[in-house]
Amino acid sequence: MKTLENQQLSQPKITRITPKEWLQQNLFSTWYNSLLTIVLLAGISWGIYGFFKWAIAVAEWEVIKVNLPLFMVGRYPKDQYWRIWLIVGIISSFAGLSWGVIGRKAATLFTIPVLIVLGIISAISLLIPGAVPFKLLLILMVGLVVGNGWIGKQLGNKITTLGRWLSFGWFIAFLLILWLMLGGLGIKSVSTNDWGGLMLTIFMAVVSIFLSFPLGVLLALGRQSTLPVIKIFSIAYIEIFRGLPLISILFMGQIMIPLFLPEGMRPDRVLRAILGLTLFSSAYLAENVRGGLQSVPRGQIEAAKALGLNTPLVLALIVLPQALKVAIPSIVGQFISLFQDTTLLAIVGLVELLGMSRSILAQPQFLGDYAEVYLFNGILFWIICYAMSLGSRQLEKKLNTGH
Amino acid sequence: MTQIRDTKTQIDSDIGIIATDVHKWYGNHFHVLRGVSLTVKRGEVVVIMGPSGSGKSTFIRTFNALEEFQKGSIIVDGINLSHDIKNIEAIRREVGMVFQQFNLFPHLSVLENVTLAPIWVRRWPKAKAEEIAMQLLERVGILEQAQKFPGQLSGGQQQRVAIARALAMQPKIMLFDEPTSALDPEMVREVLDVMRNLADSGMTMVVVTHEVGFAREVADRIVLMADGILVEEATPEEFFQNAKEERTRKFLSQIL
Repeated sequence: MKTLENQQLSQPKITRITPKEWLQQNLFSTWYNSLLTIVLLAGISWGIYGFFKWAIAVAEWEVIKVNLPLFMVGRYPKDQYWRIWLIVGIISSFAGLSWGVIGRKAATLFTIPVLIVLGIISAISLLIPGAVPFKLLLILMVGLVVGNGWIGKQLGNKITTLGRWLSFGWFIAFLLILWLMLGGLGIKSVSTNDWGGLMLTIFMAVVSIFLSFPLGVLLALGRQSTLPVIKIFSIAYIEIFRGLPLISILFMGQIMIPLFLPEGMRPDRVLRAILGLTLFSSAYLAENVRGGLQSVPRGQIEAAKALGLNTPLVLALIVLPQALKVAIPSIVGQFISLFQDTTLLAIVGLVELLGMSRSILAQPQFLGDYAEVYLFNGILFWIICYAMSLGSRQLEKKLNTGH
Repeated sequence: MTQIRDTKTQIDSDIGIIATDVHKWYGNHFHVLRGVSLTVKRGEVVVIMGPSGSGKSTFIRTFNALEEFQKGSIIVDGINLSHDIKNIEAIRREVGMVFQQFNLFPHLSVLENVTLAPIWVRRWPKAKAEEIAMQLLERVGILEQAQKFPGQLSGGQQQRVAIARALAMQPKIMLFDEPTSALDPEMVREVLDVMRNLADSGMTMVVVTHEVGFAREVADRIVLMADGILVEEATPEEFFQNAKEERTRKFLSQIL
């Protein structure tokens, strides 16, 4: 009896294995595993060695260093760069504030992963080739995020309605940014033809995302509507735009619309691009949202109706919050591919990041520097897309209420 | 289609629900309700029993228009249940419902579940809605869990929250659709106790249940439904001791 009790009380032993044992168990357990390990290790090392040898000895990074402003903002007039910095400053501040308000309940904002990310960003800011004022401005932006994060946390705990004002604040900030980019009303106006590089990529992606999201939700709801006209329209829209390749929609926008409309009535090129991206993306989003809508049990709708809520309230308060939560991974996936799809606009002649890279590669002194330029493109895209997917995972965690 | 009756017909003010000759078909052939009539007085507790598939859940769900019916008439709280959406919403405001599967809103906290309808439908200020919600949560014994989410509660606790949520609209009539059928046995009692207190406070209740003990002690009347018709209507003593209908005796022999 006593021995039995002892056995029950003693917890299963957690065996700690040494690195050497781990290697033996996982990589060198049999002769063919050992062989595979050695062959793969050799292959990987050879690949890494080759890459670094190229990156350090062969690659001509001059092309990135000299053209950094072009990659970032295209042909935006040099004397107006302060407006871009102001925009980055506004975004950094609002991002910091939002971060602080959202994390106001946490013990500290500066967890170890956050500190690591901040450290890496600061290090990159300092090590990146460029003039000292440029580096200082980058550090200032990091400072703005951190400082406003702290302010947001303090204010968020004092004023509980701050969260609601924040989305309004973002909207005002967007209008302000639009004004700063376009100019007019007292500052020098800059034509959208001079927008370019990463700035144009991000601008088109962000605006398309914010326009296509509500449109996609409406289409998804329309597809489930009991009103035949709305239902048929939604299905037709979704099926037509999902059946067309994005590139053909963009071509139509850039080349065919000007043929139909007289000079002077033609909408701006960037606007046409955004329109094409939005129309295309909203059809896919609608299907993602529909998946979420179908996951909400009927009982939820019945319970809400039984309480006397009318249909718009049932949708807004009960169905959509649950449906969108389920659909977050696929919605963010759609946003990420929308962001990447902006590169197709290079083909129809816009100078977003990829288009700008192509025109840089056409400069006589940088002919043939494909690898450097496209690697740089890839890194920028990867950082932004990875940030989006990290953000979506954080959002899922925050919305998880344990059911 | 529903007979449109004059909604202004003088209705006896101490009558909660009058259902007259209610018919419902699923599709063209499946006749679920075959002419059911029932009157529920204010303050009365009516328990509906019957074998599964007898149409009792469908019947109770017609009272707040979660199910449509094709023939007959239902008047709830003096309002004729027509296809007019405004009428339906007016009735739903006055009639609370508790479901077998609780159907709490998983993305909202317990307190938000209870205050949602008062704030959005009754347009009460948040502070008032929360004050009343806290009183109700105390009444059903869930006060400490107010900030938790439904997923963190046991089945019995969730069902008690669901009762509080329905009561928060201050309904005149409460409908219970098999409120304990999805619960683990040890949690049935806590829910029945809350319902018993509610009945003692004079609430008009229609309860679909298999809980014989509850029906015996709390019901003013028990009705037995089978195959879409109302077989027997009796006081608990009559119902359990000397039922008139053979169908009732057969049902009782199966469950007792």
